[in-house]
Amino acid sequence: MMKIEILGTGCAKCQKLEEIVRKASEELGLNAEIVKVKDVKEITNYGVMITPALAINGEVKLAGKVPSLDEVKKLLK
Amino acid sequence: MAQDCCGFGTVLLYSCSGASDVGELADRAVRTLWKEGFATKTCLAGVGANISGFLASAKGADVNIVVDGCPIACARKSLQRVGIEPIAIVLQNLGYKKGDTKVTEETIARVVEEIKAIVKSKIPSSTIISPGCCC
Repeated sequence: MMKIEILGTGCAKCQKLEEIVRKASEELGLNAEIVKVKDVKEITNYGVMITPALAINGEVKLAGKVPSLDEVKKLLK
Repeated sequence: MAQDCCGFGTVLLYSCSGASDVGELADRAVRTLWKEGFATKTCLAGVGANISGFLASAKGADVNIVVDGCPIACARKSLQRVGIEPIAIVLQNLGYKKGDTKVTEETIARVVEEIKAIVKSKIPSSTIISPGCCC
């Protein structure tokens, strides 16, 4: 199963990223586990210095911005 | 520590942290700037090691600033290698000669002010130099 992590402390843009990721996952019909990582120390363990960030199967794909739905779909494919 | 900011005005700061006196000076000046809240220090070694979180953060930041001690410019070249063009500062070009620079609190304070002035002259005026949250 694909593991998708939303890294962010819960700010508005972090919530927006989560919303887009859930929508992308649903539209692609993925069997994915979507997890929110809110603890700053845990986030820095990924090497992430700016949020929101998106990790797929443990690899950080983007940080510091909210991508479009299409961008997220490309990352998830 | 990760910035709470949501991708607006994010400024990341790297130092070469090399073995020489000017490498130490770069490291200590950058740490001082971080503590002052001027920008967020991050790990050059993480970029060199291709750690995805450091790479994604560098690519997602509005501005990346590197401070190298000497003209070998390891920090600048490390970022350029992964396709990022940072604001680059070399302390030796500011008069701090490799092998002949005493790293004192006064020197660090002077370098900190010089870095601030250089960055402010180069950074886009629309970019807020702040590590704080913008949400």
